[in-house]
Amino acid sequence: MGRKILLEHIDVPGIKTFDVYRANKGYSAVEKALKTMSPDEVIEEVKKSGLRGRGGAGFPTGLKWSFLDRKTNNPRYLVCNADESEPGTFKDRYLIDHIPHLLIEGLIVSSYALGCNATFVYVRGEFKTQIGILEQAVAEARKAGFLGKNILGTNYSLEIYVHSGAGAYICGEETALLESLEGKRGNPRIKPPFPAVKGLYDCPTVVNNVETLAAVGPIINMGGPEYAKIGIGRSTGTKLISACGNINKPGVYEIELGLPVSEFLFSEEYCGGIKGGKQLKAVIPGGSSVPVLPAKLITTTAAGEPRLMSYESLAEGGFVSGTMMGSGGFIVYDADACMVRSTWNFSRFYHHESCGQCSPCREGTGWMEKVLHRIENGHGRQEDIDLLVSIAAKIEGNTICPLGDAAAWPVASAIRHFREEFEFHVNYPELVRDPKHQPISKLAQVHV
Amino acid sequence: MFKVTIDNITVEVEPGTTILNAARKIGGEVVPPAMCYYSKLKGSGGKCRTCLVKVAQGSAADPRPMPKLVASCSTPVQDGMVVQNITSPEVLAARKAIVEFLLINHPLDCPVCDQAGECDLQDLSFKHGLEATRYIEEKREFDVVDIGEKIKLHMNRCILCYRCVYTADQIAGKRVHGVMYRGDTAEISTLISQNINSDFSGNVIDVCPVGALTDRTFRFKSRVWFLNPMNAHRDCLKCSGKVTAWMFGKEIYRVTARKDQFGEVEEFICDECRFEKKQTSDWVIEGPRHIERNSVISANHYEKIKKPSIIKPLEEKTEKQE
Ligand SMILES: Cc1cc2nc3c(=O)[nH]c(=O)nc-3n(C[C@H](O)[C@H](O)[C@H](O)COP(=O)(O)O)c2cc1C
Ligand code: SF4
Ligand code: SF4
Ligand code: SF4
Ligand code: FES
Repeated sequence: MGRKILLEHIDVPGIKTFDVYRANKGYSAVEKALKTMSPDEVIEEVKKSGLRGRGGAGFPTGLKWSFLDRKTNNPRYLVCNADESEPGTFKDRYLIDHIPHLLIEGLIVSSYALGCNATFVYVRGEFKTQIGILEQAVAEARKAGFLGKNILGTNYSLEIYVHSGAGAYICGEETALLESLEGKRGNPRIKPPFPAVKGLYDCPTVVNNVETLAAVGPIINMGGPEYAKIGIGRSTGTKLISACGNINKPGVYEIELGLPVSEFLFSEEYCGGIKGGKQLKAVIPGGSSVPVLPAKLITTTAAGEPRLMSYESLAEGGFVSGTMMGSGGFIVYDADACMVRSTWNFSRFYHHESCGQCSPCREGTGWMEKVLHRIENGHGRQEDIDLLVSIAAKIEGNTICPLGDAAAWPVASAIRHFREEFEFHVNYPELVRDPKHQPISKLAQVHV
Repeated sequence: MFKVTIDNITVEVEPGTTILNAARKIGGEVVPPAMCYYSKLKGSGGKCRTCLVKVAQGSAADPRPMPKLVASCSTPVQDGMVVQNITSPEVLAARKAIVEFLLINHPLDCPVCDQAGECDLQDLSFKHGLEATRYIEEKREFDVVDIGEKIKLHMNRCILCYRCVYTADQIAGKRVHGVMYRGDTAEISTLISQNINSDFSGNVIDVCPVGALTDRTFRFKSRVWFLNPMNAHRDCLKCSGKVTAWMFGKEIYRVTARKDQFGEVEEFICDECRFEKKQTSDWVIEGPRHIERNSVISANHYEKIKKPSIIKPLEEKTEKQE
């Protein structure tokens, strides 16, 4: 059994409520931090823990906090990114649904560390239920004196505002989120300046993911160095993985970073193997934006090492044979899944969600979707496959925000590893055009 | 002052200057094309990506190159920065890619487009475009609409540079003009077909780099290259009254702001000057205006008529016979 940090008390009945949460040592990190530690000491502890952003990029949280411009007289803001919209990722929702006070506790401690007196939680528009849960949790914490003026009799005051987005994936990108929070159109900002210098209402701002902030409470309780003992190398601590696709036990799991991918996939404690005893074909381990890997490369690296669930190991091999940890949305495909269809589906998503500000992403995502749609429906041409590779390469790195890259990588990696499936679609259009066609794996055996 | 080297030419600029503006200080070929940045509009730039350049050396203090190409219009220079624009094959390839993206959904109906001849996209495509399109899908289409009495919007031709949005916001006062929807279905729109009613609304036409926003009082009247741009002025209470009057013989066909060598207006003008004053008697005509562009308008420079030099006939070579 791996160690549980975030989900330690998840099975306690009623843990969702303030009283039960409090009875299980909840809010002790707030007491410890506010009463016995200076803000800098809290930041130092988070630095020592090695905690890295759980929103996708994996940037060290303590370091990010230390970039916050403290010299200005302007207010500083902490914004919690609860916009979770990445296909395959549903871990933040799980945390909010089941143990919302863990997030509130993390928010209070983090706000104290950063010297913020107003903190915002930006929640994905579709998360109506979760907005209700958070609002109630905030009200409970407020009533108990953990929010408001002079928390626990100290001279620290804090308000938490829960803000609903309007349902756009792009508003998860931190600067688009800030624009949206300010009441503007959710277009990502041109950087520099970065939010740490000029963020919300032009004031220094830190944006962190729900899971990142939820981990701060336990880190303060156990101490940074203790947290850093869990995990492997620079991937410290535990991570929530939302597993879905063709597996026996889809769901949200807390793993110690460094767990072998094969164990996560096949052990009964986690995914429980491939559904129906089928062969594993591919895995996207970090949400739809990261490269897909075929079965043999997801369980072992190109160098033959077992692949681990860690930032470094998943990235081993770069884009040629590796992928990324991303947000921890673990999507599993069995042998009968069609990679062309899946790729088309993702590219449709990115096309739909592009904000349209910059030319490569606005035009390129639509172009890729249209070409993939043709291939998937038996109207592809041989040259379309290289065309897709070329479009993806021209978007990548040339856009304002990483959504462009996120749209390009799934296409590029699917073709890199599953080119024969794309070719099959082009070569046997009448087969793929048949709406009742058999799984690709079976068709390919018969016809190639 | 910061020293920055662009395509092997070094220039000194104020700290805070962007790479693009440093390049503009040098001038000529090393200036990256800018389809969205507009020095007179706050917040503009960063969107079209045509101005991408390579930073081969970040600064004297930190000589590492930047990992990705950067938008020169929104990246400030550092002391000792080394930038490659036209000397970098990577940059030229990216620019080609951007032009391809800008054109896939573009109607390219230049023969019936009022902007033809003074269109930044035309110039850009001519210089960096591919010979043939690789795009065989359907282009997205919008209806042509009027925004107000004087302005036509051809959304099909829009490259979403947002210049008109900033203009409406910052110059024309009221924020009723903006972008709706997102991605490649995003469109410029006025709030529920409201007109942009302001004395300065016509400036959106001048800032538009393409033929998406055109002057309804000039529509289809003439191709721009048949007109003579003349500097003209009048006493105007609302603006400086300094304009370019586009003339055909003695008639004024249209009035625009005066544009500088980078295609930007020198001063924004009011709608009265632009739309109402079409009589020669309304203006003091100063003389021909130099159009500093590669366009067909300046192909026949008429402002400095030079005496043709006499071409010496080539001396005929006597072929040796062997
Ligand atoms: C298109 C796009 C969507 C994103 N969506 C989310 C999201 O839903 N939730 C999130 O936490 N981070 C998201 N991010 C990452 C954020 O920009 C940001 O890096 C993150 O919130 C930082 O938090 P962290 O350091 O705690 O990971 C997204 C990024 C991009 C480019
Ligand atoms: S990359 Fe896409 S989503 Fe990001 S700013 Fe550009 S158009 Fe918008
Ligand atoms: S906007 Fe420019 S490129 Fe487009 S049709 Fe008009 S002249 Fe041609
Ligand atoms: S209408 Fe013209 S100025 Fe406005 S965004 Fe489109 S191209 Fe730019
Ligand atoms: S001019 Fe720089 S991105 Fe458009």
